[in-house]
Order: sequence, then C-alpha cells, then structure tokens
Amino acid sequence: MASQTGSGPAPGATPGAESAVDPDAAALTFTTHADPMDKQAGTPAGLGPLGWMRWLWARLTSMRTALILLLLLGLAAIPGSLIPQRTSDAIAVNQFVAQNPELSQWYERFGLFDVYGTPWFSAIYLLLFLSLVGCLVPRARQHWRLWRNSPTPPPRRMDRLPAVATVAVGPKALDVAEARLRQQRWRVRRGTDWVAAEKGFARETGNQVFHFALLGVLAAIGWGALAGWHGNIVIREGTGFANTITQYDTFTAGRFSGSDALPPFTVQLQSFDVDFERGEAQRGAPRNFDARVLVTDADGSTVTESFGVNDPLELGNAKVYLIGHGYAPRLRIRDGAGDVVFDDSVVFLPQDGNFSSQGVIKAPDARPEQLGFRGIFLPTAAIDPELGPISTFPAPDDPAVFLSAFAGDLGLDDGEPQNVYELDDTGLTQLGLRALREGETWRLPDGAGSVEFTGVDRYISVKVGSDPGGAWALAFVGLAIVGVCMSLFIRRRRLWVALGPTPDTVVVAGVARGEGTDMHGDVDELAAVLGPVRSAEPAATRDSPSQGKEDGAS
Amino acid sequence: MTQATTLADLSNLMTYSAMLVLSLAMIAFFVSFAQRRTSAEIVRERVTEPALVGGSATAHVDADPATGEAQFEPGRRAGNIAMALTWVAFGLLSVAVLTRGLWAGRVPWGNMYEFSLVSAFAVLGVFLAVSLTRDVRWMGVFIVPLALLTLGLAVTVLYTEAAQLVPALQSYWLVIHVSAAIICGGGFTFAAVTALLYLARDSYDRDTRAGRALAPLARRLPPAERLDSMTYRTIMFTFPLWTFAIVAGAIWAEAAWGRYWGWDPKETWSFIAWVVYAAYLHARSTVGWRGRRAAWLAVAGVAVYWFNYFGVNLLFSGLHSYAGI
Repeated sequence: MASQTGSGPAPGATPGAESAVDPDAAALTFTTHADPMDKQAGTPAGLGPLGWMRWLWARLTSMRTALILLLLLGLAAIPGSLIPQRTSDAIAVNQFVAQNPELSQWYERFGLFDVYGTPWFSAIYLLLFLSLVGCLVPRARQHWRLWRNSPTPPPRRMDRLPAVATVAVGPKALDVAEARLRQQRWRVRRGTDWVAAEKGFARETGNQVFHFALLGVLAAIGWGALAGWHGNIVIREGTGFANTITQYDTFTAGRFSGSDALPPFTVQLQSFDVDFERGEAQRGAPRNFDARVLVTDADGSTVTESFGVNDPLELGNAKVYLIGHGYAPRLRIRDGAGDVVFDDSVVFLPQDGNFSSQGVIKAPDARPEQLGFRGIFLPTAAIDPELGPISTFPAPDDPAVFLSAFAGDLGLDDGEPQNVYELDDTGLTQLGLRALREGETWRLPDGAGSVEFTGVDRYISVKVGSDPGGAWALAFVGLAIVGVCMSLFIRRRRLWVALGPTPDTVVVAGVARGEGTDMHGDVDELAAVLGPVRSAEPAATRDSPSQGKEDGAS
Repeated sequence: MTQATTLADLSNLMTYSAMLVLSLAMIAFFVSFAQRRTSAEIVRERVTEPALVGGSATAHVDADPATGEAQFEPGRRAGNIAMALTWVAFGLLSVAVLTRGLWAGRVPWGNMYEFSLVSAFAVLGVFLAVSLTRDVRWMGVFIVPLALLTLGLAVTVLYTEAAQLVPALQSYWLVIHVSAAIICGGGFTFAAVTALLYLARDSYDRDTRAGRALAPLARRLPPAERLDSMTYRTIMFTFPLWTFAIVAGAIWAEAAWGRYWGWDPKETWSFIAWVVYAAYLHARSTVGWRGRRAAWLAVAGVAVYWFNYFGVNLLFSGLHSYAGI
C-alpha cells in the first residue's frame, strides 16, 4: 500500500537505468548517485573498437581513475619544487646546468626545468579534467532528473529504513504532517496514503558547482595566458619608460594579445626610498619601500603616484609591480682629450644581502682609446681580510666603488650584441685598480682620462603586466569554495509518513546522507507532533549514527 | 625601549612556563591513558571478548553508581589533572602569544618561531574546545606531546628575536592567509592523529577477529568507526578552509610578487597537500579505498603539510623564505 511502483530491482542493482528511479533502491542506498564506473564492472570480452572506446571511457570516468590521476598530479608536482625552474628562477637553472652538464641533458629531455609546462604534466591534469567532465555531465543530468521526480514515494518496507517510528493516530495525521513539513520548507509530495518530503538537494548541487568551477578556474588561467601580457624593465632614479614593447628588457604576450593591448602611458621614477632594519634583530632586513613616480597618460595629463611591494600601481588594465631594487652609482668619465664621454648612473647587480654589487661601464666614445670599467659598488664599504672589499650594511652609509679600468677596443663596432653587465677584456689592456669615495676623481695612468664618482642613485626593477583571466579565476575559485562547503555541510534528507500496517497507526521514517547525519531527530520530532509514539526502534541501534551511505555503493 | 624588551622577555618566559606545565600534563595524560578503560568498552568487551577482560571488568562495577558512568573510568583522576594542567598551559601560551604580538605591534606570526608558537596554541585550542562538549581526554596523550614537540622545536631550532616585518609581509593578508593556514595545521594534525589511531584500532579489531589480538593499548581507543568519523569530520571542516588559505595566498602573491601563482616551492607543496586531501574526500566514498587507504591519505596529507612548513622553509630557497627562519 505504500509503494506505488511494481516490482523494482533489488537495492544496489544497475544504476545505469537512470530514468527509472526505484524508490526502494534509491531510498536505501542513494544508488541514483552511484559512481558511473560501477556500471562497467566487467572486462570487454570480444568487443569491437567502439566497445573498447566505451570501455576506456568508462574506466577514465570512474572515481578510481580520477583518484589515481589526482594522486599522480600531486606526485608529478614534486620535481618542480626540487629542481630549479626556468619560469621562476632562470639564473639558478643556468648555474645548475653549468655544474651538472651530464645530468642536465637528461633533465632537459624530460622537461624537468619546466615541469609545469611539460606535455606529461599537462597530460595528467587534462586527463583528470576529462575524467571529471565524463563523470560530471551524466551526474548533472541525473541530478536534474532526480530533482524533477522528487520527492519519491515511500519504499514498500519502511521499517527497513535507518530511522522509524510508529504513531498511534488516524489518517488525519497525514494532513498535519504535510502542513508541518511544508512550513519547514521541505519539498513535499502527497499521495493518497502517504506524504513524502525531501531536503538538501543543494548538497549535490554544491558538489557539481565545485567541480565545474574548477574547470572554470583552469579555463580562466588559460585565457589569462592567451590574452595577457607582461614585461620586465629596470628604471633608475630620474629615468623612465614608455609602455611599448620595445622598451622592455623582457616581454611576453599571449597569442590573443595584440600590440594595441598595451595602454599608452609613461612612468618616470622620481625617487625610490628604502628603510633598513638598524636594530640588533634581523639587522639589514628591508622595512619599507616607497617608489615615487610621475605618470603621464595618453592625453598628456600627469599625476604623481607612490607604490611599493603589496601595493602595485594600477594604470588602465595594466599593473606595475615592484620586483627588485639596487644601486646605480653615478660616474663621470673624461677621455684623454678631456671631453666628457660618459656622465650617467649605471645599474649594478646586487650579489648579497648587503648589496655588494657588480657592474660594468663602457665608454666607446673615448679617445684616443675606448675605455671600459669593471666595478664593485659597496653601499657601506669595508675591507674583509679574506673576502676583500665587501658591504656591511645595505643602506648607503659609506658608499664606495672599486673600479678596474681597461683601455683598448671594446669590441662594440662589429655590431654583435653584448651583455651590458659583462666586459669582454680581449683587446683591452688593464690600466689599474682604484677605490673611490663619493666626489673623488681617479686620473687614469698614461693620460687615458679620468673617472669621477659623483653620487649614488637607486634603481628598481618592475614587472608591468595585464592578466585578463585573473578576475575570472578568482570568481570561479570563490564559486568552488561555496560549492565545496555546500557539498560537505548540507545534509540530504528524506522523510516519509505513511498509513501504518494496522488501522489507526502512522509510520514515520527517514534516511539521510552526510557524515554524522541521522534521521532520528527529524523522525522523532515529527512523530511526537503527530501523536503518541507507539514504538520506535530499540535505543541500542542508535549508538552509531548512520554513515557510509554515500556514493558508490556496490 | 626597556618596557618593550620586557614584553618580549615576558613572552619567552611564558612560553617556557607553558612548556613546563605541558610536560606535567603529558605525564598525567600518560598515567590516565595507561589506567583507562571506558564504560562503553567494558560493555563491548563483556559482549565480544568475555575471556579477555572478565577480571578487570568486574572490578570497575564497584564504582559508585550514583555519580554516573564516568566513574567507571579508572584513569579519570589523572585525566582531570592532565586537562587542568593543559588549560593552565594554554593560558600561559596565550599570554606568550599576546605579549609577543604586543611587543612587535603586529600579528604574532611573522616568522617560523612565531608560527610554531601559534600553531601549538591552535592545536591545544582545538583540543580544548572539543573537550568542552565531549570527552576527548584520551586524545590528550597524543595531542599534548605534539604541541610540546612543536614548542620545543620553536624555542631551540627556530628561535628568532622579535622584530618588524619585511615589506612583503606588511599586508592585511598576513592576518588572513597565515591565520587560516595555522588553523588548517591544527585541523590536519588533529585529523592525522585520529586517522593513525583508527589504523591502530582497526588492526587490533582485525587481529581480534583472527583470534590473535596482541596490542592491548589499542583496546583502550574508541571504536574504529568513531575514530574514522572524527577524521572525516575534521577534514570536512579543514579542507574548505585550506582551499581558502591557498586562494588568499594567491591573492596576496599577486599584490606582492606580481603573479598569483608561480609554482614557488611553498605554493607547489600547498597544492600537493590540497590534492591529497581532495583525494581523501573522494577515497572515502570509493569502493576499495574507504577505511584504511583513506586513513593513510589523511596521514600523508599532514606529512605534506608539515614538510611544506619545515622542509620547504629550511631546505629550499623560494619567495617564502624571509625573516631568517
């Protein structure tokens, strides 16, 4: 009398028949959300190519495969943290290659210097997402169907449900129960001699939202790489740059990012200030960065801005990030004829935490011979008995440059590009070595000229870029968090009230899914409202809350 | 300046005091655990293994029936002393954390020493909070040594003088991202402890069924099913928070370093931890994986988490290495 369907299959049998939702099976085991892999348990004996494809697809979209792929993805991510990566630290990669040439060849072969861009790493996550789609789409369809057909009529044997109570009350109780359940915002369906109610569909909805949102995150990251661009540039105090590709030291643009993607602006670095820790603890650590810049927009309007770490400069769709900084000592070089052939600041690359820095100055216009210098800049100079000249504090408390002068042919005339941070000394003769304090001048021997250390500027290295995928990724990731919370915290509950086996009794029963969820509370509460409870199950069976009635029952 | 130095010194003094009290609590927990046998188990054991525990079970029935079930438990007095000591240690630790933060004028998790200090504080906090609603004194024997170990590492290996922060850390995301990560550390550790205990209890149950029960200590643990459920529930709450912690880190990374994800070692290993816990949640509803394999995943997850903390900070150079250690 309770069930309206005919003879349904036994619980746990073929959930592949998606359309026929057998109330008994569904109620007891939630098999309607079973793992799709279970429908293809056997091996494909004597199948054609199509059969094999189907079998492979079923394997791929199984939870077990997804689980293995997930663990494989975690495992595959490990080498990228142990081996230096080109994407994050190209200098470390070059050092590693220089030190281990043999091993590096093998690393190169497997792409271990760029793990996260290799085909094998991509293959794992693409297979994982393919598996995800294969699992999700049928599940979404099922969920929709289930939602439309719900609440399902009560199972025939309500006494087999995890929570049952029998109430001594007449058929009128069905009306009371229906009204109350509707008031409590259950989805309610009324039959002739039963009331069915369901709650918590959002559990599965959240699950689907979570997984689809992960696909969205991947798509957003992909879109960001295709439509975005970024470049790096070094700016000395008093200099600037215009936002065009040619000005950047390095520049990367996605396939769909045209050159018109760069908003026209120029940035002039007016000053860059750094505070360093002078106390005992963490002496020399930076405490504050402040870059003051003059920004000129396309329409010629100028504005002074200030930015630093954690506080990028926003210009149109582009952002300017402070990545690094260092010292650029100012030098004035005169040649043998007494003409000023160089008068500028030069970027020196820091070598340690106290900003002992190295740099190179080239004066190709010097006559009679071209002049070149290798230099060490020390913001707080000291002479270490073992290490030689070294900086003892990162702030320019007592700056000095140690210069090594060369005269001859710098090798710039044959048009081959040279590294500005290196001096090729073939064809050069060394003139001598000298330490200079600020304001001091060194007269080079043999009337080759002179060099004056006129002052210290700072420089910053910035990253300028635009990532149109970032906001999308953030939106999807927010959606994923909402989804995962819904799928973990919402309890899926089913409750039925049906006329009992004997006249003037009503049976209340329920089943739930979700950890620590048990229906006794709901069932007892409703039973108590309806009338005097004649029998509930013995208390002993209530010790362990229902659990494990989750997906993938087999 | 003298007053400021006093605050930092006070913080250190409080930390050492907390460790001392915690050591006493640990001893009390050991005593309590050694004596322990819950009433529920006595009932169980009587039903399932009458031959094994007949003698001791009858001894407990002498306890005063008027004061309720808890009196059955012989480890109760030691357990109560242990809990009281843990509360005292927690109080001392909260003063240590507070004074450290007050001295520096910022949140007290700017370096590994402070992070460890607050982690121990968080683990004890989770444990004590749970103890308010249910009897988890038996867990003290595992949680308190862990907290003590963390504090010991903090004051010996990781100790750093209180100081201001480097610019990269000067962000409100330090409050959000790092506190979320600390709470996750507490949750994942708690879950791993229950997972390990589940494995021990499950092995014991299997041996019992096979007629060769050897591990008498495992008998004092709660039923395997309950331990498994505790693991799951803890991870259920921690996993979304961990997702949030990673996302908050990505947002911060975008502002500080100009990209939200760059496979920095710290990022890589938090991703691996996320993947392992995602696998745990799936494993628990997959045939052939639920139970022992899932529990091992919960243990692997916390190993990855702590490797990400100690291993990545101390062995690798990356963007997350600053402030000494």
